[in-house]
Amino acid sequence: MAEDGNGRPKTELLDELEKGPWPSFVKEIKSACQTSEAPKDLLRQLELSYEERKGHWKHGGLVGVLGYGGGVIGRYSDLPEEFPKIAHFHTMRVNHPAGWFYTSDALRTICDIWERHGSGLTNVHGSTGDLILLGTTTDQLEPTFQELAKQGFDLGGSGSCVRTPSCCVGKARCEWACYDTMKLCYDLTMNYQDELHRPAFPYKFKFKCSGCANDCVAAVARADLSVIGTWKDDIQVNETEVSKYAAGGLDIQKEVCDLCPTKCMKWDGKILAIRNRECVHCMHCINVMPKALAPGKERGAVLLIGAKAPIMQGALLSSVLIPFVPAEELEETIKELVSRIWEFWQEYGNNRERVGELIQRVGMPAFLDAIGLDPVPEMVSAPRDNPYIFFQTNQGGEQ
Amino acid sequence: MSTTTAAQPRLTDVGPPSYDRFLPPIVKKNYGQWKYHENLAPGVLCHVAESGDRLYTVRAATSRLTSIQTIRFFAALADKYSGGYLRFTSRNNIEFLLTDKANIEPLKKELAAAGFPVGGTNNAISNIVHTQGWVHCHSAATDASGIVKAVMDALCDRFTHENLPAKLRIALACCLNMCGAVHCSDIAILGVHRRAPKINHETLPRVCEIPTLISSCPTGAIRPATFEGKPSVEVIEEQCMYCGNCYTVCPAMPLADAENDGLSIWVGGKVSNARSAPKFSKLAIPFIPNHPPRWPEVVEAVTKIVEVYAANAHKHERMGEWIERIGWPRFFQLTGFEFTRYHIDDFKHAGLTYARTAQIRY
Repeated sequence: MAEDGNGRPKTELLDELEKGPWPSFVKEIKSACQTSEAPKDLLRQLELSYEERKGHWKHGGLVGVLGYGGGVIGRYSDLPEEFPKIAHFHTMRVNHPAGWFYTSDALRTICDIWERHGSGLTNVHGSTGDLILLGTTTDQLEPTFQELAKQGFDLGGSGSCVRTPSCCVGKARCEWACYDTMKLCYDLTMNYQDELHRPAFPYKFKFKCSGCANDCVAAVARADLSVIGTWKDDIQVNETEVSKYAAGGLDIQKEVCDLCPTKCMKWDGKILAIRNRECVHCMHCINVMPKALAPGKERGAVLLIGAKAPIMQGALLSSVLIPFVPAEELEETIKELVSRIWEFWQEYGNNRERVGELIQRVGMPAFLDAIGLDPVPEMVSAPRDNPYIFFQTNQGGEQ
Repeated sequence: MSTTTAAQPRLTDVGPPSYDRFLPPIVKKNYGQWKYHENLAPGVLCHVAESGDRLYTVRAATSRLTSIQTIRFFAALADKYSGGYLRFTSRNNIEFLLTDKANIEPLKKELAAAGFPVGGTNNAISNIVHTQGWVHCHSAATDASGIVKAVMDALCDRFTHENLPAKLRIALACCLNMCGAVHCSDIAILGVHRRAPKINHETLPRVCEIPTLISSCPTGAIRPATFEGKPSVEVIEEQCMYCGNCYTVCPAMPLADAENDGLSIWVGGKVSNARSAPKFSKLAIPFIPNHPPRWPEVVEAVTKIVEVYAANAHKHERMGEWIERIGWPRFFQLTGFEFTRYHIDDFKHAGLTYARTAQIRY
């Protein structure tokens, strides 16, 4: 393939994606050509994919660092002779700091390591949350890992293990955080280092911690165990600020009361009255009037179980397992609960069966029996509407 | 080149660095003590603490696929404007955490000059969560970064202005594995295969475990078979819905195909609990062919959905809430998208989406 004036390959199709106002990944790949030969072959292969409308990566192979079963995704070009610099082009997942906070020095440290050992390309960040180092050869994996470890960074999860937990910004910068999401995320990550690095499960297991029901890390959609902050007592109301919103032109009736899912709010032009027993803690009113309304003081989280993408029995959202756990009891409750969930899943889960699918297969009642949790009405949107009940008639004679 | 020697013990299981190391002093001081926040401009937030301290956040888009040169550029900006502190969001945006209000405008100027739009807050389109595509994935039915670039080039003004009825979240996944929350996005762009895997009988017995392969199929379409005296499998093609799970467990089952691979468009999902419960995205367009480098049909379809939503939804109404109010027939009428047999579910629990009422809008 011909080269452009700067020693980079000619890429007519990809060059189209350097135009326009949005940041260009093609520019990024070209930039990385300054420090590595691999991005040049990546450009060539990607240009070919654009011409042929087809990917050119082989199925991942098993590569990694000593003693870990995950954290590295093996990737090989299916045209290694044409594109020798990306014949091996493995991904390293680096466990991000909770909340994705960095200092400029920390980022430069990672960049320097990656300049020495890899393509100079990254994803900040991958979908699970890890900082992705995109593309290196097998022999560079261990040295990269050890340099990262000496700087206090470790690899994240891949395969059938605890995946890198992630969380929203929480108490670091959000007034709505109903528990300390970053601390919980960090503590769970540290507690499950072995389960994270050495896959021993039927399939992946994800933790995601959102501080409120706005769910900024999509816990309900993407985590096997979703921790979503909420409160139990009354919404805190600052009446002066409510009046200021009204005076400032906010139509409280229309934009707040009418959109409340349980219609538990009443506005008479002066006083905003809330029937808190009917509030479902959805966050809408607080989102609209952040100065006037705030979550209550008795804070904690809902624990939900079982979300996943479609593969293989269809996508699932998490469903309620424990309606409320006080913030100070969250970590211990989760650890205890998860040990029982994993015991059952490891015993009965099929290969590549997420916890949510196991629950679908055996039924939530059997799952609750297995983990020793009593059924509560918050777990369902409604009780069953079919009469096909598996009565446990063999349990203890006449009632 | 190894830096590990006998004198330096090998480190494992150190875990990620504690977030404490990276929090700006103002965040440490006011941790858990934030009172409220305000929007100063698109992409600029001001969080006010009980102490009266003010933290200014400037948010800009990145292309997710980022070179070390660009990360160093961001690091230098952080040194110049935010004491060296910065963070990233769950949607591939970068955020600079400022204590000096006077730094906001110069920082915005430098970001704009370098081609990183500032925005993505509140009722704007935030950055697109997406996957690797042809850049780095073996099972991709399309590219990810290229479509994201083309779509956001067209919608960039919706990132830099907060003029939509509510927030709008777009996600893209390049196959049904959905490495990204595309199943619960306001608009989801999903790569799809449409051809059953081509079995490589030569390599299959060497590289795959046949019982695992058979059990990987959600519809039971894979059966044991013998090919030229060697153990292999066959696929009942009518039962295949091209999920690719067999290919994930067995490299001898590739299903990529230039003519048949492409995109589908889904709408109306959300993860937030605000007002209505979280919901899945629903099928809007079953198939659009791959037309790199700019996928014009995808850009046109997504733009159409955004513009129809912007013109018709009420304030605070997310895409899915708007469609539930006006009804799906009206959604298809307004967008001009064709409703086909593919829009009617025929997988598990399909009946739950059938209209089981005589309540119909005419």
